[in-house]
Amino acid sequence: MDKLDFLLALSKRLEGLPDADQRASLDYYSEILDDLIEGGMTETEAVASLGSVEAIAEEILMDMPLTKLVKAKMKKRRRMTGIEIALLIVGFPIWLPILISLFAVALSVYVSLWAAVISLYAADLSLAAGSLAGLLGAIMMFVGGHPASALLFLGAMLVLVGLAILLFFGCNATAKGVWKLGKLTLRGIKACFVRKEGK
Amino acid sequence: MDVQLKRGLLDVCVLAAIKNEDSYGYRIIKDIKPYVDISESTLYPILRRLETAELLTVRSAEHNGRLRKYYRITDAGLERIEDFKSEWAEIMSIYSFVTKEETANHG
Repeated sequence: MDKLDFLLALSKRLEGLPDADQRASLDYYSEILDDLIEGGMTETEAVASLGSVEAIAEEILMDMPLTKLVKAKMKKRRRMTGIEIALLIVGFPIWLPILISLFAVALSVYVSLWAAVISLYAADLSLAAGSLAGLLGAIMMFVGGHPASALLFLGAMLVLVGLAILLFFGCNATAKGVWKLGKLTLRGIKACFVRKEGK
Repeated sequence: MDVQLKRGLLDVCVLAAIKNEDSYGYRIIKDIKPYVDISESTLYPILRRLETAELLTVRSAEHNGRLRKYYRITDAGLERIEDFKSEWAEIMSIYSFVTKEETANHG
């Protein structure tokens, strides 16, 4: 494969991406190939040293925001036939609600995960507030001349502080987990688009 | 190595490669390769990311009758390297603590 073949194959894989992104990628690889050749490689060796076009295209596509990938996929599709358009219109009352509900389900899962995280933090905050109340209670009991009750309040306060600190770490870990899960899901969705692009 | 960690490290490597003078893709790879495994296809998204984050700027200049892109580090890019150095000092001290524990346990 020579340089031109390589660039053509790459541009085919990037079809549908915004022109500026396509051009930037091609410019980059064209420059690298020229430099490799200038460094002493033959054209074929230079192209071979870059690895497979598929892997290179996948790397570029995975780095694109999801919106660009979806647009690229839509653009790349061949034109629809009349029957397909007719079916699309007739089926509209069926596929639109399904599509909307799919989105709604995905969104609600994501939102409820974060809601769980927020409520964990809220629980933690209430533990902290409880311990503060315990401290105040202890002082009031002590001043009021009930040292035994004051001791009880103090103990309760210490238990609550301990729980609050423990739960705080749990909250952070959960938040991190949900954040990572979101990122992984996005990558998974992107990968679906990129793999199909290759075919 | 952890993917996220390696990504962050490569970012800093690329910045370090253009720290003292402007450089271009091929040379950046040549400069970094003895230290860390990097390929042409890995460098490309990194350069784009660093440009978007305004840690480097790009200009095209003529070379042998063709255009070549030269990358120049920005102040924010230099700052990023400094951040990395101070973070790493902390990590190194943790590392020495961890390995000290190990040698103590294994005799």
